[in-house]
Amino acid sequence: MELLLLFISTVLINNFVLSRFLGICPFLGVSKKIEVAFSMGLAATFVMTLSAIATWLIQHYILMPFGMERFLQYGAFILVIASLVQFVEMFLKKTSPALYQSLGIFLPLITTNCAILGLALLSALNGYDLITSTVFGFGAGVGFTLAISSMAGLRENMEFGDVPEPFKGVPITLITAAIMSMAFMGFSGLISM
Amino acid sequence: MKFGYEFIKGLWDENPTFRLVLGMCPTLAVTNAAMNGLSMGLATTFVLVGSNIMVSALKKVIPDEVRIPSYVIIIATFVTIADLALAAFFPEIYRVLGLFIPLIVVNCIILARAEAFAAKNSIGKSALDGLGMGFGFTWALTFLGIIREILGMGSVFGIKLFGEGFVSWIIFILPPGAFLTLGLILGLFNAVLGKKKKAQCS
Repeated sequence: MELLLLFISTVLINNFVLSRFLGICPFLGVSKKIEVAFSMGLAATFVMTLSAIATWLIQHYILMPFGMERFLQYGAFILVIASLVQFVEMFLKKTSPALYQSLGIFLPLITTNCAILGLALLSALNGYDLITSTVFGFGAGVGFTLAISSMAGLRENMEFGDVPEPFKGVPITLITAAIMSMAFMGFSGLISM
Repeated sequence: MKFGYEFIKGLWDENPTFRLVLGMCPTLAVTNAAMNGLSMGLATTFVLVGSNIMVSALKKVIPDEVRIPSYVIIIATFVTIADLALAAFFPEIYRVLGLFIPLIVVNCIILARAEAFAAKNSIGKSALDGLGMGFGFTWALTFLGIIREILGMGSVFGIKLFGEGFVSWIIFILPPGAFLTLGLILGLFNAVLGKKKKAQCS
């Protein structure tokens, strides 16, 4: 039950993109077409769930026993995430070329997505156990997919709108994001954690 | 002259926030008050200068194939230094900025400068480039912070500007305000100064 609540709160209330400002770069950069945005979201969800598990293991079995979590955490986490992304890419290429085709180009971009590192640091900070971290990672990924796909949907429709010239591109996307973020604030009374 | 330009360009021509639109996450997240924007900017400047100097000094030693991981390690080291220093000397600021200090590691400005500039230029030039870019980022964040703080709380750097009757516009210090302020400012800059091709990072 608590896990379910955590999941819902991560997806809707503390949405990574719209209320924590994590993963803004792909949110602005890769949100022009719904299909592309959705694939990016899927790839990110996949890597987020895996990296939530991997960084938890690193934190609890390598960094903490040696008392190094204060000094080596950032370096260790970012390297784990980078190699994990590389590994997922190679694995997908070998086993599922179709999936690789649709996710492939996004995987390298995910390494520098701050949502992934932010997720790892947040769950270390909150002292989640392995299951909770995994749910948290998955929820963050679903929230990211939701935000980026709905943004892409809005932007596809905005193609036909009469946007003033100076506002085309990033500025109007940011203003749309502001309105989406206000809408998501409406969820904040949904559950109290 | 040439050296001067390496410093100046970051302030406006290639301003990371308003011209290149890089490093959006901290820009949006910590600018709810002028002080937060300023401290985040200075922390980023420190990391940027340090990593630029280090990358430039080691550019002949680092093999091409593993350059990105090597840069990331250099950056992570400087971020850890900044993180521990802030926690020790400025616990107040450290508590407010929180998660976004470690997230300087994945700020694309820093990796972009290491890859595009420091790996090709001398140590002196790279240091100046880092300093210029850092200050450009700092003033942009402080500027956003000032606007949001005035509208959202009626103060600048914590000093009250208006009398009792001022009704603060809370939305500007909440997440939607961040998107709205930056969107409007970018649009205004484009309208006044003409559009420029923007680099994107993802």
